[in-house]
Amino acid sequence: MARHEVESEVTGNVWKVLLEVGASVTEGDVIMILESMKMEIPVEAPADGTLAEVCVALEDQVEEDQLLAVVEA
Amino acid sequence: MSRISKVLIANRGAIARRIVRACNELGLESVAVYSACDSEAPYIAEASEAYPLPGYKALDTYLNSVALLDVAARSGADAVHPGYGFLAENAGFARAVIDSGRVFIGPQPTWLEQMGDKVSARSLMQGQGFPMFAGSQLLNDPRQAAAEAEQIGYPVMVKPSGGGGGMGMAAVADADALEAALHQAQTIGASAFGDSGVYIEKLIETPRHIEFQILGDGRGGAMHVYERDCSVQRRNQKLIEETPAPGLDRAMLLASAEQAAEVCAGLGYDSLGTVETLVKPDGDMGFLEMNTRIQVEHGVTEMATGLDLVQAQINLADGGALPALPERSRYAMEVRLYAEDSATMLPSTGVLHTFRPPSLHGVRVDTGYSANQAVTPYYDAMLAKVIATGDTREMVIGRLLVALKAFEVHGVQTNAGLLGRILEHDEFLGGNIDTGILNRIIGEH
Repeated sequence: MARHEVESEVTGNVWKVLLEVGASVTEGDVIMILESMKMEIPVEAPADGTLAEVCVALEDQVEEDQLLAVVEA
Repeated sequence: MSRISKVLIANRGAIARRIVRACNELGLESVAVYSACDSEAPYIAEASEAYPLPGYKALDTYLNSVALLDVAARSGADAVHPGYGFLAENAGFARAVIDSGRVFIGPQPTWLEQMGDKVSARSLMQGQGFPMFAGSQLLNDPRQAAAEAEQIGYPVMVKPSGGGGGMGMAAVADADALEAALHQAQTIGASAFGDSGVYIEKLIETPRHIEFQILGDGRGGAMHVYERDCSVQRRNQKLIEETPAPGLDRAMLLASAEQAAEVCAGLGYDSLGTVETLVKPDGDMGFLEMNTRIQVEHGVTEMATGLDLVQAQINLADGGALPALPERSRYAMEVRLYAEDSATMLPSTGVLHTFRPPSLHGVRVDTGYSANQAVTPYYDAMLAKVIATGDTREMVIGRLLVALKAFEVHGVQTNAGLLGRILEHDEFLGGNIDTGILNRIIGEH
């Protein structure tokens, strides 16, 4: 089983978490939305599979390259 | 009798600095406020006084009306200028300012409510005979929404009635997609603007975005200060603005500007504002929304006409008269320099190791930053507005290109490369601009 780590591309905070652990995802599904500099930045599933981990919570501050979620394909 | 002598500026960055300048020129004292991450910003030293607002987040600082009113009281400010964004269109804040015995530099709070609610704004403007594309009233039930959309004719736009900036808006191609879009607009409207009301408008595909600067004295007098073309946008945010609008009939634009002023006179509007419209390729124009504050792009009008809009706004709030209509004797154009990657368009944060705006003839730079300041994720990504003026559109574009190349920024990514690409693009140079131009330019690569 392949493990796909989803990292943050920006510094910001977690505005919305749309999917829960265990959800089945297809590539491109929006897992959560980050907010940085008043912009909404969607975080998408990198592959088809199952959302295995969500590593952040609502309103958490996140740094660039921080692990946000894991999708198992 | 002048009531204003000391102005609290409830904002940050480029607009705070711009208002400080207007206060200095009018001989008014200015009071700045700053969050913990803005303590190095240049507007603080330029203001007469400055007070810290504890915290970093907008909600704790520039959106914290209790803390702002406390500074107003402690500093002895007799007026509050809200700038743009943050609390600029918040009727509750405006009322609290007025109830504390101070002047709110903006329209009466009822205008903030009536124009802030997009459905009510449409009905007010329509009542004064301003042109309008087809749209619905406030929609409560999905079946009613389906019937309205059918009558307006697909494609339609679903919009939250409580806010702007493109948040929660969705284009809907057919009846199957309507319910999901309604749900999304309600959810985002409720979370972002505290209002789950939604309405439907006819979708105008790749229109021009043309807006009219107006000023009203609240006593039945109003004037326009010509149009601005703000068609170059990304994610419904403006990127380049200019006046005159290229390639459109000047007589038609002037007639529309006069009509916008007449509508504001008829309504009794009592401050500076902007009537935003969309123009279809066939020239058909319809109302989009009215902004009841100074706009980010006000400098374009100032550079083309020489009229100081911020001073005019303060004078109107102080009971003063409308200024004389200036001539628009020059072309002017603004580009917004953002802290974001030119390729990915993702925001970029960091410390500005180098920040050296150009000093060039015919070029004005409005910025809230100086070297060694941090660009944080807490506020918007605008680093500077670079505004050029000149005798021809070509000269203005040339000056902007020189200015962008001379603008030294190290420490964050900027969109200067993207701005340069647009300014040099044949379609843009030809004045063939609409809200789809950025996607067409990016799509070429």
